[in-house]
Amino acid sequence: MLSFVIRRLAVAVPTLLILVVLSFILMYSAPGGPFNSERPLPPEVLANIEAKYGLDQPFWQQIVNYVWSVVTAFDFGPSFQYKDRTVNDVIAQGFPVTLTYGFWSFVVAVTVGVSLGVAAAIKQNSWLDYLAVGVSIGAQVLPNFVMAPILLLIFTLWLGWLPGGGWSGGQWQYLIMPVIALSTSYMASIARITRSSMLEVLNTNFIRTAQAKGLPMRRVIWRHAMKPTILPVLSYLGPAFVGMITGSVVIDVFFSTGGIGQFFVNSAFNRDYSVIMGITILVGALTIFFNLVVDVLYAWIDPKIRY
Amino acid sequence: MTLKTKLLATTSALLIATSGALYADGHATHPETGEPLASDQTFTYRDLDESPSIDPGLAEDSAGGDILRDLFEGLYNQDATGNLVPGVALSHEVSDDNLVYTFTLRDNAKWSNGDTVTAGDFEYAWKRAASPELASPYSWFIELMALENAPEVIGGDLDPSELGVTAIDDTTLEVRLTQPLPYFPQMLTHFTTFPVHQATVEEFGTDWTKPGNMVSNGAYMLTEHVPQEKLVRERNEMYWDNANTIIEKVTSLVINDENVALTRYLAGELDRTDVPAGQFPRLAAEYPEQAVSVPLACSYYYMFNLRDGAPEEIQNPDVRRALSLAIDRDIIVENVLAGGQQPAYTFTHWATAGFETPDIPKASMTQAERNAMAQELMTGAGFGPDNPLEIDLVYNTSDSHKSVAIAISQMWKQTLGVETTLANQEWQTFLEARSNGDFEVARGGWCADYNEASTFLDLMQSESGYNDSKYVNPDVDALLAEAKTADNAQANYDQVEMFIAQDAPIIPIYHYASVKMFAENLEGWPYENFQQNWYSKDLYKIAE
Amino acid sequence: MFPNRAAVESVGEAAQLAEVKGRSLWADARTRFFRNKAAVASLIMLGLVAAFALFGGFIAQYETDFVNFSLIGSNAYLGVPSLETGHYFGTDSNGRDLFARTVQGTGISLMVGIVGALVAVIVGTLYGATAGYYGGRIDGLMMRIVDVLMSIPFMFVLILMLVIFGRSIFMLFLGIGLISWLDMARIARGQTLTIKNKEFVEVAVATGVRPIKIILRHIVPNLLGIVIVYATLLVPNMIIFESFISFLGLGVQEPATSLGALINEGSRTMQFGYHWQIAFPLFFFVVTIFAFFFVGDGLRDALDPKDR
Repeated sequence: MLSFVIRRLAVAVPTLLILVVLSFILMYSAPGGPFNSERPLPPEVLANIEAKYGLDQPFWQQIVNYVWSVVTAFDFGPSFQYKDRTVNDVIAQGFPVTLTYGFWSFVVAVTVGVSLGVAAAIKQNSWLDYLAVGVSIGAQVLPNFVMAPILLLIFTLWLGWLPGGGWSGGQWQYLIMPVIALSTSYMASIARITRSSMLEVLNTNFIRTAQAKGLPMRRVIWRHAMKPTILPVLSYLGPAFVGMITGSVVIDVFFSTGGIGQFFVNSAFNRDYSVIMGITILVGALTIFFNLVVDVLYAWIDPKIRY
Repeated sequence: MTLKTKLLATTSALLIATSGALYADGHATHPETGEPLASDQTFTYRDLDESPSIDPGLAEDSAGGDILRDLFEGLYNQDATGNLVPGVALSHEVSDDNLVYTFTLRDNAKWSNGDTVTAGDFEYAWKRAASPELASPYSWFIELMALENAPEVIGGDLDPSELGVTAIDDTTLEVRLTQPLPYFPQMLTHFTTFPVHQATVEEFGTDWTKPGNMVSNGAYMLTEHVPQEKLVRERNEMYWDNANTIIEKVTSLVINDENVALTRYLAGELDRTDVPAGQFPRLAAEYPEQAVSVPLACSYYYMFNLRDGAPEEIQNPDVRRALSLAIDRDIIVENVLAGGQQPAYTFTHWATAGFETPDIPKASMTQAERNAMAQELMTGAGFGPDNPLEIDLVYNTSDSHKSVAIAISQMWKQTLGVETTLANQEWQTFLEARSNGDFEVARGGWCADYNEASTFLDLMQSESGYNDSKYVNPDVDALLAEAKTADNAQANYDQVEMFIAQDAPIIPIYHYASVKMFAENLEGWPYENFQQNWYSKDLYKIAE
Repeated sequence: MFPNRAAVESVGEAAQLAEVKGRSLWADARTRFFRNKAAVASLIMLGLVAAFALFGGFIAQYETDFVNFSLIGSNAYLGVPSLETGHYFGTDSNGRDLFARTVQGTGISLMVGIVGALVAVIVGTLYGATAGYYGGRIDGLMMRIVDVLMSIPFMFVLILMLVIFGRSIFMLFLGIGLISWLDMARIARGQTLTIKNKEFVEVAVATGVRPIKIILRHIVPNLLGIVIVYATLLVPNMIIFESFISFLGLGVQEPATSLGALINEGSRTMQFGYHWQIAFPLFFFVVTIFAFFFVGDGLRDALDPKDR
């Protein structure tokens, strides 16, 4: 197991490097520099700015410098767009926000999704089952950029229960709508996977045996059926997590939460190379880490897997 | 809306001292109008996006300007109608050749830490803004001000200390220009000219704009700043005119989506927000006291690419005129935008100070006549149903630009049979394409730097860096050069507008309006300020 | 957001089983599928949606890009859905016929979904089959590359690509295909590993058939079941994906449209009471995705004889 973890981490390093080089090349070849504006800058002004950010150096030197400062000092450089701040500032501010509502969405999606799926499977073909399936498919197909304004209309404008946006350090009132909007579609997927997985498990011989022995259903489910049921759900969590980070774009736009999603999109539109790079690398690193955690969990739960 | 400028109040210090104390309790009245004031004096408004910077030297967008006018105070301020009123400077004198300005500063202006604001602070700020070291994207503004040695300093050929600005003593600032600029004092309300506190900048470096570090001299000071979420500024007790400040706390919230912002406005979370395109009539009917549309100093136009190598068809002025004529501007302003914008037949905004809109022939025709004339011109140019003109139209991504482009491409199609290919590009890509001449027809928008027609028409100069059409007409150049020194330039401007109508290097489409929702109890907004330069210190909320 | 790998893999196992039983798998599967009422109903729905996208244009009274200038700005009372005016679904905010645009949007969304899924499936299958067939170091290297690519936040890269190189349907396909072939590659490789030890492959190798031919002729056809299921489940995800890209304003170029773009526009005006602007596109969006999900599930159950 340990060697597996080490091997995976060893792959992570070149992966991140590839990511850095790839995005650097992409941005380097982009038309439109970060300093274009409605009024073209006088050449001398542009030269000053480029010198300040080291953009006047040759390509290879820029990339080496960049990688060097990231690796040695964990310094992603200054933001081109937000002149008062560094990329580290931007990330330090936006990332905890995204992680916070991402975490709660994750928790909600998993707990509600799994319970819904299990309940539906146990009571297969009952009204509960149909309701759960209906709700989860409905939730899955309703895009969150439609759900978000609907939530706003209901909870902010009509009922006046919740603030329409902002973050305020992550107080609970500000968390509710982002978490609902972000978690529902994942919750629905998890419910569907759990349901079909549970149904399959309930039909296997060892569960039938357990039932035949006269063990109470609750005990059968908890003791025997849960573990194998959860495996396919686990393998879904990796992509789900990445999806939630990406989904933060929608959340930030509608709820003004100030997470990295909005920073990323704005930076992409404004050619803020350094912020784009910083966020891409960070999300890449997080993806690798999260996939690793999922794999380790998988191995821990499923004894059939050997590394 | 009837709020008079603070200039009046500054002369009677006694009045200020007595009335100022009253604001503390909730039953105060406005010192001039006598209206009862609300106990809650906070102002919360929507910003589209996070501003790139709130450092006066580095700031570059108008939303950042709104914030900076609260936090800092320049030599002059604008009043509710856009006229100059004293800021840190009380008055100035100009030399006979109009090249040397000497400003007399007030001696009671204070920084938020209690230091006195001196002429040296301005000298430092201007030299800093021009220095290659700061590399400000707005250092071109210092060049625009025609300060002595500005290009050389920005280019790094001369030390910033050579810039044409000198503090003679603490209250006297001397500024030397390289050419006479009649509108120079107007430029001093711009944020690039605001003073900065040298000791603070040097102590904290780029972190000096963070709350807690920032020392400012405006009516407000920065208390909280969460990028992409909000920026809060509160009353600056040290401000020289603090006694007349009524709004206690100003919050700008970053809300990207204008519909979300409107929802939150209607839920009572905001005091000011933007009206989405096309929604003004409905909102004005439903909330007549709150939906407001006032002229804004910007013009919206389409430009043709007149460079060598650009498509042959659009080099024909008849084709360009036909395309211009076929646009039904009334539909654009009344139906598509519906926010009180005005149809444009001239490039210069109709509400520009001292500008009389000349009589452009097509302006007085009916659309049917214009369409007939356009069809005639197109046929004359050899285009018809069996040989339709095909053109590309690029615009930068935005819902309202999209709506305008869709409508215009259909007008061209329905009237002239022109096949238009629409392409929207991200802002930076768009700018690059436009300045490189990589387009056929492109959307353009231009906002006045100062309230005078030349701020628009100078774009038509052959050498202008902003002349993305690359329209070259020596007559226009001569007229514009002459206008710089003329006593009355209106005749020149008329002729330039005529040339624009005739040669159609650009198609003026409409003149902007600022279309907003304002909380019903918010008073003091400078609706008549053409550039919509507002100061929170002039606002107040009345009790309902 | 992509089909669950574990669930799809079980189809592969079933396919192996079918090898033993001979051809009856497909006949078996067909009976199973048609016994699944939800799947059959969904298939019919899909047929209707496809017919709407293909032939709806003939019923539409207006061109997709025709602007009725008298309707702009007076949507609330003139642009409502009506049989009389010929605007069956009303008009959009720019005065264009929403029926014609929904037809076009449905077509483009379906195309994006299907082509995106095809790209992913073709690339993924060939890549996975090749890696699995050669095995050894080539396999190791090819699968490491997949591992590396899996860690890249592709949505972010796609946004960058669309921003930087300008948007086009081609770029969208490329980007979407790029993101989704990785899972398919892994699944195909796993199946190939077992297939390649079968006698018919060994015979082919012994008679000197070229590897490319073996992969295309003998291995890929045996992956068909799994490919079909994966592709069916991928299509709706591609459509959802496209709608997200449209939300960012990076989708198809005006005047063309997609369901995602229409829904996005509709969601902006729903608070003003123009409910039809979101209702019609959303209806087709939801129905299409529902149907694909059910058909995909039905196919999987049909091809996987394990009793559920």
